[in-house]
Amino acid sequence: MDWFLQQSINGLALGAIYALIALGYTMVYGVLRFINFAHSDVLMLGAFSAFYLTPTIAGALGTQTIATAFVVIVLSALICALIGVTIEFLAYRPLRKRPRLTVLITAIGVSLFIEFTGQHEKVFGAATKPFPKLLPSRDLTWGALHFSSNDLVVLVLTAVLLLAMWLVVQRTKVGMAMRAVSYNQQAAALMGVNVNAVISFTFALGSALAAIAGIFYAMRAPGIEPLMGVQPGLRAFVAAVLGGIGNLPGAALGGILLGLLETFFGGMPGLSNYRDGIAFAILILILLFRPAGLLGKMQPEKV
Amino acid sequence: MKKPLVLSLALTLLGFAGCQKAGDGTEILVGEFASLTGKEATFGISSHEGTVLAVEEINAAGGVNGKKIKLITEDNQSKAGESANAVNKLIAKDGCVAILGEVASSRSLEAAPICQQNNIPQISPSSTNPKVTETGDFIFRVCFIDPFQGTVMANFAKNTLKAQKVAVFTDVKSDYSKGLAKFFEEGFVKAGGQIVAQLDYNGGDKDFKGQLTAIKSANPEGVFVPGYYTDAALICIQAREVGLTVPFFGGDGWESEKLTEIGTDAVEGTYFSTHYSPDAGGPKGKAFVEAYKKRYHGKQPDAMAALGYDSAMILADAMKRAGSSEGSKVRDALAETKDFEAVTGKITINKNRDADKSAVILQVKGGKFTYVETIAP
Repeated sequence: MDWFLQQSINGLALGAIYALIALGYTMVYGVLRFINFAHSDVLMLGAFSAFYLTPTIAGALGTQTIATAFVVIVLSALICALIGVTIEFLAYRPLRKRPRLTVLITAIGVSLFIEFTGQHEKVFGAATKPFPKLLPSRDLTWGALHFSSNDLVVLVLTAVLLLAMWLVVQRTKVGMAMRAVSYNQQAAALMGVNVNAVISFTFALGSALAAIAGIFYAMRAPGIEPLMGVQPGLRAFVAAVLGGIGNLPGAALGGILLGLLETFFGGMPGLSNYRDGIAFAILILILLFRPAGLLGKMQPEKV
Repeated sequence: MKKPLVLSLALTLLGFAGCQKAGDGTEILVGEFASLTGKEATFGISSHEGTVLAVEEINAAGGVNGKKIKLITEDNQSKAGESANAVNKLIAKDGCVAILGEVASSRSLEAAPICQQNNIPQISPSSTNPKVTETGDFIFRVCFIDPFQGTVMANFAKNTLKAQKVAVFTDVKSDYSKGLAKFFEEGFVKAGGQIVAQLDYNGGDKDFKGQLTAIKSANPEGVFVPGYYTDAALICIQAREVGLTVPFFGGDGWESEKLTEIGTDAVEGTYFSTHYSPDAGGPKGKAFVEAYKKRYHGKQPDAMAALGYDSAMILADAMKRAGSSEGSKVRDALAETKDFEAVTGKITINKNRDADKSAVILQVKGGKFTYVETIAP
C-alpha cells in the first residue's frame, strides 16, 4: 500500500508537469488547428531564462526565498511569452493561408533551429548546466511516504493554472474571442474580432505555461541542456492527444495519466526498461477505442 | 560570383600539392583524436591536456631517437562517425605513425579497425570496454578493463561497505554501463552477496523516481549505478527525495566536476572507482600533478588527464626501445611493455594488450573527490 501511494505521488508530480506543457499544445491547437512543435523548446528557453535570471534576482531578494522564486518564474514566463509571440509572428503568420502541412513542417524547422542554436558554445553550449535551487526545498515524510515540497508546489500550481486557463477561456472577453476564432476564423473576423491579436495572445499564454513547466521540470531534475525539452515535449503532445486535443481539462487529464503510467511501469523490476513502450501501448489502446481522446468530441471533417 | 570559386578551388588544390607527408626526418608525427567539444567534452579536454603535457616533456628531454614528436589533434565533437573521419585523415593525409585516443569505448572502437588495417599502433588512454583491444594486435590501452572494475566495486561493496544486499541501476543505452553492471553482479554474487533489485533507465532520462521507489522497497544496503556523471547526479538527488539514503556508488564514468556541480549535497558520501587519484601514487605521480598544475594554471589533474599523459609516455618508451617509429616494430615493443613506471601506477601490457594495474576508490567529501583506497589486480 505504501508502495502504491508513494508511486502515485511520484506519478502525479511528474504528470502535473506534463499537464502544464500539454495545456500549451492544446490551446494553440484549439485556436489554429496545428501542432506547435517549437513548444518543447520554449520550455527549454524558460528553464534557461530562470537559470540566467536567478543569480541577479537572488542578489536582490535573497537566495531560495519565495519572493525570488516568484519573480524569476514571472519574468521567465514573460520572456517566453514574448518569444512565443515572436515565433508566431515571424514563422507561422506569413503561412496562415497556406496548407496546414506547410505550417507543421515550419514548426519542426523552428524547433530544430532553437535546439541547435542553443547547443552552440556561444549560446548555451551542449554541456549540462546545474540548475540553481529556487525554492527552499524540503524532503517531507508522512508515515512511510517521502516526497519533496517541490512536488506539492507543482501539483497545487498546476491545479491553480488549469482553473485560471479555464476561466480565461470560458469567462473573459478575450476567451470568447479565442473560442470564436477557433470555431470559424473568417466569421469571427467579420464580427469584428481582431484575429491576429487573439492568436498572439494564445501563443503568449501557451508559451508562458511552457516556461513555468520548464522551470518545474528543471527543479525536479536540476541539470539543464538545450535538448531537455524534447522528451517532456513529446510526452505532453501525446498527453494532449490522449485527453482530446483542443480540450483543456483533457490535456490535464492526459498529462496526469501519462505520468502515472510511466512511474508505475518504471517501478516494476524487469519492466523498467520497457516503461515508455508499455505506457505508449496503453495510449494506443485508448485511442483505438476513443479516437477523439478521452474528453474530445468527434468532429466530422467538413469537405 | 564564379571567379572566387575557381580561385578558391585552385588554392585548395595547391594546398594539397604542397602538403608534405611524414618522414621529413626531423619529426615523428603522432595523431590524437579526442572529444574536445560536445557531450563528453570534459573527458576529452582532460585527456588532451595530459597528452600535450607528455609530448612537451618528451620533446624538452630531447625527443625520441633524436627526433621531436609532433602531435596532430582532431576533434570528433563527441559524435558517432566523426572519429573514423578524423583517424582516416590523420593516417592518410597527415601520415601519422601512431594514434592516441579515445576516452569513450564506442569511439575507440570506430578508429580501431582503421588503425589495424593500416598497421598503425593505436593506444587508447581510457576506454574500458573489453571489445576495444579485441579488434586486433595493433590496438592497446593503458587503463584497466570493465571486468576488473566491476569486480573491484563488488569487493568494495562487500568488504568495505559491509553490504550484503545491493541494488543495481543500469543505463540500458550504454554498452559501458551494461558491461560494468554485468561484471559487478557476477563479482558480488561470487563474493557471497545478493542482488535484491535490478532496474534500468535510459541515459538522458530526467525522471527516476518510479525505479528508485522500487529499489527502496527492496531494502538494499547500497545501490550501484554504473552510468555517466549527469545521470548519476540526478539519480542521487531524486533518491534522497524518495527517502533512499543508503550509499550510492559507481564506476569511472562518475568522475567529472559536473557530478558535484549538479548533485551538490545529494552526492555527498558517494563512492566511485577510477584509475588514479592525485592524492595517491609515488614520486612520479606527484611530479605529474606539479607539472600539470603549472602548465594549466593551477588546474587539478583528473584520471583522464593522467591516462592521456601515460598513453603518450608509453608510446615514446616503446619507440625508444624499438629504436624506430615504424608501425610493426613499435607494436612489438608496446606488447613487451613491462613494469613501466607511469603516473597511474605500474603498467604491464598483458597478452590481450590491456594494462594490468590497480584501481583507486574515491569518495565525494565536501564537494571534493577524496582518496579512499587502492585495489591491486
